[in-house]
Amino acid sequence: MCVFGAGRKIGVNKLAIHTPEGVRFDLHLAGPATRFLAWFMDALVIYGSAGVCQRGLNYVQFLNKDVVHAAFVILLFVVTIGYPITLEWMWRGQTVGKRIFGLRVMDAGGRRLSFGQIALRNLLRFVDVLPLLYLVGGAALVLSRRGQRLGDMVADTVVVRQKKLVLPVIPPSPDAARFNSLLEYPHLAARLRQSVSAGLAQVAMEAVVRRDDLGAEARIEVFQALGKKFRECVKFPEEALAGLSEERFVRDCLEVVLGGTKVGLRGGGRGA
Amino acid sequence: MILDLPRFIKAERRYWEELRVLLDKLESAPDVRLSLEEMSRAQYLYQRSCSALTRLSGFAGELEVRQYLEALVARAYAEFHPSGARVGRIRPVQWFAKTFPRTFRKHFQAFALSLALTVGGTAFGAAAMALDHDAKSVLMPFSQLNEDPGDRVQREEAEKGDHMKGVKSTFAAQLMTHNIQVGLLTFALGVTWGVGSIILLFYNGVTLGAVVLDYVGAGQTQFLCGWLLPHGVIEIPAILVAGQAAFVLASALIGFRDSARRSERLRACTNDVLTLAGGAAVMLVWAGIIESFFSQYHAPVLPYSLKIAFGLVEFAALCVFLARAGKSA
Repeated sequence: MCVFGAGRKIGVNKLAIHTPEGVRFDLHLAGPATRFLAWFMDALVIYGSAGVCQRGLNYVQFLNKDVVHAAFVILLFVVTIGYPITLEWMWRGQTVGKRIFGLRVMDAGGRRLSFGQIALRNLLRFVDVLPLLYLVGGAALVLSRRGQRLGDMVADTVVVRQKKLVLPVIPPSPDAARFNSLLEYPHLAARLRQSVSAGLAQVAMEAVVRRDDLGAEARIEVFQALGKKFRECVKFPEEALAGLSEERFVRDCLEVVLGGTKVGLRGGGRGA
Repeated sequence: MILDLPRFIKAERRYWEELRVLLDKLESAPDVRLSLEEMSRAQYLYQRSCSALTRLSGFAGELEVRQYLEALVARAYAEFHPSGARVGRIRPVQWFAKTFPRTFRKHFQAFALSLALTVGGTAFGAAAMALDHDAKSVLMPFSQLNEDPGDRVQREEAEKGDHMKGVKSTFAAQLMTHNIQVGLLTFALGVTWGVGSIILLFYNGVTLGAVVLDYVGAGQTQFLCGWLLPHGVIEIPAILVAGQAAFVLASALIGFRDSARRSERLRACTNDVLTLAGGAAVMLVWAGIIESFFSQYHAPVLPYSLKIAFGLVEFAALCVFLARAGKSA
């Protein structure tokens, strides 16, 4: 049975989420080292700000030393417990440390965190820190399938590495205006469109998109194999292919199959 | 399916950007409410991005675009699918005066278990003390309790005036924070299927039983009542409520005779356990203030009868509060 939103670990550090819309996306789980660094940074923030507060309170000790000292004891306690709860609630699962190291607390099903989940995972730190230095929580984190300390397990949360949302810029085709000799033969172009399988077109598109990742020899080999496959579909006259490299031929075939779109990602003008 | 990737990205890009801007807006201002029109648009953009991701999922090329879309859809999914009820305006007074006592009554069985364990521990501690008085230092590992009760009463009653002057607030703050830590630990140990909480509650009872027997055996019952009742009638029930929260949590973890998934059981009890733990913390704040400002003063500064009467009134008020508050008329 498929349970929507239920995360399932699919690799060393990934959690697959299946949405009701039938979409699957992966959450990249944070490792123990990064989480430790984020925690250490948060500890610095808490005790650093406590130190600043103490200095500030020292200046008003003349009012009532006892009350000022009591205020500091309570402030430190409230900040220690309230800091992660407040920030994770305000910043959607992030604290200062988590923000610096690109981590975020998320619901294990990919849904929006509730305040209860945040409070619960943080209050259960009282067990995770036992007997000292997060030994219980650290052991649970290492042994858990989804990298969860006890607080995360109970609150059904995970800590993930957050990806940056930057849409890559795809360069325009450098040979957009280039002449496609195959289009001079409309009946053959139509037959090519009919006979090329979706799989072959997909592989050819991938080869074009990833051409720069291939070495020179591998590129020649791949486009020769693809060119052979396209030739098996339709035989174009020799004059249509005169002077065309194998890569150029594959690109022109793709242009025909895709209905006139120039296929020239990433330096596609160069012949193989 | 043949996908003309460049044309596809060119066509869809503006919708993705629009969704990203909308998500940025929602994340930067959690309280913002969308109009019906904006919500419809958001839903359309989300579904369109989902569709794009599905189309790209079988396509190994342009990994960056797919990763971008995955991150975008993950953000949108989290934004439009909350895991729990939206938190409305927080009303602390209403929460403590109504929600807390209602939740207490709802899970009374867990409180009864907590009480039974502490009473059991108290009986054990008293019996151990009666049978082996030399075990006092083991049963009460606190230096101030190891003193002979008679000597302590004599010393405390010799104090004249305000012997806590200048340290009362600090002492109250330390008591509050320490007791809240103990309460939260008792609650958090519920994650060990309640085993840790059982041990802690029983151990608290053992210490309490040993102290009671030590003072009663030494003929200092009046001092004991005057010393413990004003803050103990709140502090001890607060720890029991923390234990109650732990057992509600443990019950959800174990899921005895409950066919729901563990995560669903835990989700269902989250608000209740947090309410109980929070209520216990508030009670411990009160107990800390009373212990520092009231319990530490003995006769002749404060007559025992007054302290005992104060403790009994507090206890009666607590019982009425927990039993009656928040009930609809």
